[in-house]
Amino acid sequence: MAYDYAPFPYIAPPGLAAPEPRHPVIIVGAGPIGLAAALELANHGVRSVVLDDNNVVSVGSRAICWAKRSLEILDRIGVGEACVEKGVTWKVGRTHHRAKEVFNFDLLPDPGYKMPAFVNLQQYYVEEYLVTRCEESDLVDLRFKNKVVSVDQGEDCATLSIETPDGPYTLEAEFVLACDGAKSPIRTMLGLDFEGELFEERFLIADIEMEADFPAERWFWFEPEFHSGQSALLHKQPDNIYRIDLQLGWGSDPEEEAKAENIIPRIEKVVGHSDFKLDWTSIYTFQCRRLKRFVHDRILFVGDSAHVVSPFGARGGNGGLQDVDALGWRLAAVVTGRAPRALLDRYDAERTYGSDENIMNSSRSTRFMSPSDGADRWFRDATLALASHAEFARPMVNSGRLSMPCIYPINAPDAPGLPAVSRPGSVAPDAPQGNGWLLSMLGGQMTVLAIGQPAPDGIEAITLEPSPEITARYLGDEKAAIYLIRPDQVVAARWTKADAATIQAQIDAIWEGRA
Amino acid sequence: MSLITAKNIEDHDGAYADLLAAHRGLDTEASAALNARLILILMNHIGDRAVLREAIDLARTSGT
Repeated sequence: MAYDYAPFPYIAPPGLAAPEPRHPVIIVGAGPIGLAAALELANHGVRSVVLDDNNVVSVGSRAICWAKRSLEILDRIGVGEACVEKGVTWKVGRTHHRAKEVFNFDLLPDPGYKMPAFVNLQQYYVEEYLVTRCEESDLVDLRFKNKVVSVDQGEDCATLSIETPDGPYTLEAEFVLACDGAKSPIRTMLGLDFEGELFEERFLIADIEMEADFPAERWFWFEPEFHSGQSALLHKQPDNIYRIDLQLGWGSDPEEEAKAENIIPRIEKVVGHSDFKLDWTSIYTFQCRRLKRFVHDRILFVGDSAHVVSPFGARGGNGGLQDVDALGWRLAAVVTGRAPRALLDRYDAERTYGSDENIMNSSRSTRFMSPSDGADRWFRDATLALASHAEFARPMVNSGRLSMPCIYPINAPDAPGLPAVSRPGSVAPDAPQGNGWLLSMLGGQMTVLAIGQPAPDGIEAITLEPSPEITARYLGDEKAAIYLIRPDQVVAARWTKADAATIQAQIDAIWEGRA
Repeated sequence: MSLITAKNIEDHDGAYADLLAAHRGLDTEASAALNARLILILMNHIGDRAVLREAIDLARTSGT
């Protein structure tokens, strides 16, 4: 069943009648990243205005693969369970060369996490859930059909000129989040450009509606018989919608390829029949590029406005939500006076690092999938040929390395006997706790976990008993540990033994932007 | 471990002849493909990133 794109109401903003007081945060763009940022700030008690030039959710499924970390972030802002319930949960990917499976991967083999490895869910559903949640919040002021036409940065605020159906008005903000997507008008207004690599490749993307019993797995083909010499990707979505990506080659004519009479025969060859309906199609090329800096004084770039990647690792939308994760608590602390503005430099440092990792992985996959003539192609073809004959070549077949949160390179106290999976800089691994989950207990506060030992006097902590999951993920060979967890659920430091002063010094260093 | 650049194959003439024999009758394209497969197999056998980087450097700088 096709999605019903009901428009959101436009309400004349108060600023048309009289100047509005300066806002702490204005978010430009009501896509998944902008909406999630508003809810994350609201979780920290910070009010924001969200402006969008449009008044409907994303047209077409666009971002569909939501990774475990994204689901955990979405859960913290109240929509994670709805996404899992509606979406198609999967964790296995199968890669084929011609008709033969050459490689498969399981992204989350062991149980004991609230959120699955991946959920496929059309971007419009995620946006719908986020909009509903924003409308329920007293701290989010969502304004559709409010188009930002210029931005100006002064000594103590940024000023936005906005057009509405009822005319223009202006708003002032302490900070502006540019969540306005890959073609970010704010980025253009600031005269900024991406740096990095463009790829000469063209893909057709099609959502089709059909009754079928494909398993809930990610299927990828190199040189399949149904699409000679190229590659293809199949993903299952809810509502009997399937996503098919077909490589077209750089020589193809995008206008011709976009015509339904040319798309339908291609899809017929993939699915083997014509009993389907085209729901949405698009032709895309891709880039792996980013802004040099994400923080430009009072304007902060978040999501696709800051960085773009090729789609095969699901690192676009998921990377954007990780930006929100890294920014929300810091911006809230700066706006409320809890921390100096220097804390925002840590957002820039961590997310340019994360973005580089995403760009590296996506570029490698792209180079494997659409090798240029010469050495790139010789080695790509050699890897595919060897994969059927030698085990070592199978994991080298690169159809996309799927989004995982990066390990931030933070300089923090660590204890060698504790497990690698929870080392400083990693997202704290989830684990069952009573009737609930560890990550839900952490919420979005700076938290000390005392595991297998009492918290030192003068430190407020959550005390955990060493269950099998807690032991495997937090203790390893040790009997006891103390973990300091940041508000974005990233492990900030850990010790086998620590006194209150040591822990407090680390907490202070984080708030001051020194760690 | 570092890259072995001293003689390391007992019958080097025989091994060299094996390599040429594998390429006999192949056109340039098929030879390039064979070389690519062979390099990947040997890379995996060596397994050590540092040694591989040394080998790549030596190959790159010894062409003239």
